Amino acid sequence: MQYCIETKGLVRIFKTKNETVKALDGVTVSISEGEIFGLLGPNGAGKTTLIKILTTLLLPTTGEAYVGGFNVVKESDKVRRIIGLVSGGETPGYGILSARENLWFFSQLYGMSSSNAKEKIKLLMADLDFEQYASKRMSRLSTGYKQRLNLARGLLSDPSVLFLDEPTLGLDVLTAKKLRGYIVDWAKKEAKGTVLLTTHYMAEADEMCDRVAIIDRGRILACESPKVLKENIKGNQIMKIEVSSIQADVSFLSKISGVVGYSETRSIQTGTTALKVMFEDESTFTEIKSELEKKTKILSISETEPTLEDVYISLVGRGFEEQSAEMATDA
Amino acid sequence: MREQLIRDLRVAFARLWVRVKGGNREPEWLLAEMTIPILTLSAYIYLYKMLNAPAEFAGFVIVGGTMMAFWSNVLWNMSAQFYWEKETGNLEIYLAAPVSRMAILLGMALGGIVNTTLRAAAILVAGTVIFQVPLMIQEPLTAVLVFILTIIAVYALGMLFASLFMMYGREAWHTANLLQEPVYFLSGFYFPTRYLPFAVQLVASLVPLTFGLDGIRRVLILGEGLGDIWLNVAALIVFSAILLPLARFALNYMENLGKREGRLTLRWQ
Repeated sequence: MQYCIETKGLVRIFKTKNETVKALDGVTVSISEGEIFGLLGPNGAGKTTLIKILTTLLLPTTGEAYVGGFNVVKESDKVRRIIGLVSGGETPGYGILSARENLWFFSQLYGMSSSNAKEKIKLLMADLDFEQYASKRMSRLSTGYKQRLNLARGLLSDPSVLFLDEPTLGLDVLTAKKLRGYIVDWAKKEAKGTVLLTTHYMAEADEMCDRVAIIDRGRILACESPKVLKENIKGNQIMKIEVSSIQADVSFLSKISGVVGYSETRSIQTGTTALKVMFEDESTFTEIKSELEKKTKILSISETEPTLEDVYISLVGRGFEEQSAEMATDA
Repeated sequence: MREQLIRDLRVAFARLWVRVKGGNREPEWLLAEMTIPILTLSAYIYLYKMLNAPAEFAGFVIVGGTMMAFWSNVLWNMSAQFYWEKETGNLEIYLAAPVSRMAILLGMALGGIVNTTLRAAAILVAGTVIFQVPLMIQEPLTAVLVFILTIIAVYALGMLFASLFMMYGREAWHTANLLQEPVYFLSGFYFPTRYLPFAVQLVASLVPLTFGLDGIRRVLILGEGLGDIWLNVAALIVFSAILLPLARFALNYMENLGKREGRLTLRWQ
């Protein structure tokens, strides 16, 4: 079977004067045409490195990768003709030019005739709801509208494969929702294109993706539909525990037998820590509770349904935030 | 092949358009870019007048200042452009597009030439009117020829630098600083290079601008013709013939190196 995106044992090593980092460690994935595929992992997991290799911006150290059946190293020009790339948090373009002028410029990189480009730009601006800002300088657009512009740029050339690297990073809830809805509609109804999306927002991956690969330290730990991934951990129980201290040391949790993993979110505003603990049985929970009470005051306890974050916790033993912080410290 | 050529021309035109549109959208920039060089020229002209230097020196300085506008443009807007594109995230978009990188550079160069020619022409006209410098043009076509050849050679050098800036970022930034004043000095912005010691003239001959500036001055100020400045013309052709393919090679080499090392799109490296 021919996949739209396929990687085989992809390894990428970065060498600097002081260190060697293995950003990808034997990544093998196959993505079918028309699929919305999510790569979920903390900062530094290797998501962006994989996207950069697939979009011909980076060479793999070893392994092979294909997009639309074309080898990303040997047939990079053919790959570039069929892809679109949108990175969140980036605002490519020229601030002094208007939104419309920027889009026209980028359309020229794909050899579009000016009349086709203008028509397409008008359509995309209407679809993404920013026609009213067409003549406004890019530098004067809000983050949300800049990201709409960015997405419109990625779709200008009618790509058959769209790479989205954290497309809703830093956006408000409404704009993020609007863009997510638009991308799903684009992939499923309009263009029937394939989407590879990287994110560290669990809900985003859950809402949008047909399948999700969980990536950590350059390795794919699991790859299934969000539903199956969540079902796989249904044998475990998950509790949300809020404790009164922001500085509570809860590292002992990982040493309790029967604890699969946990995440912690500390809130400066409320001065509390929200823990999410995944464990195997009731007796484990009794131990967790008694150990926690020795260290801090428990404010509330509630049971929750499994999410993709819990899938990640079950695979890695820690939450996203802790893992990102750990990687930043390692680096 | 034809399709690729049309695509490349579209890209070059689009990048030219961005530069011209962006460069002239805020007219106060234009004013500053024309006024400041005229002030600098004035200082030298009054100095030469005070020293009772030959009248032609004023003309030399005005032509020098006019051409130096191009050198500044090459260094800061042409060579450094890919570096800025990298910082703003545009480079990633360029590299992921099915487009010739040389077409982008060509567009940048042409845009820079259009913008700078407007400014340089204003400097030349204002300078000759204010200081009443007599121009003795015998062969206008030769003047145009030397100007075009100089621009091609100097911007080809800029294209070559663009690859280095793209890869070496901040280090190359210092190189640009290092290149500005010495090139002003060597190529004869302040005075004709024939007054420099032979060894320095030899070093100056490695800079295409030296031949261009000397040729243009001789045609505009001294009234010389193609027969007198054929060596300058030949040198500029040789510079272009070497620098343009070298720029293309450097760009490909740097892009591949960048993709291997991850330096092109990962800003932390």
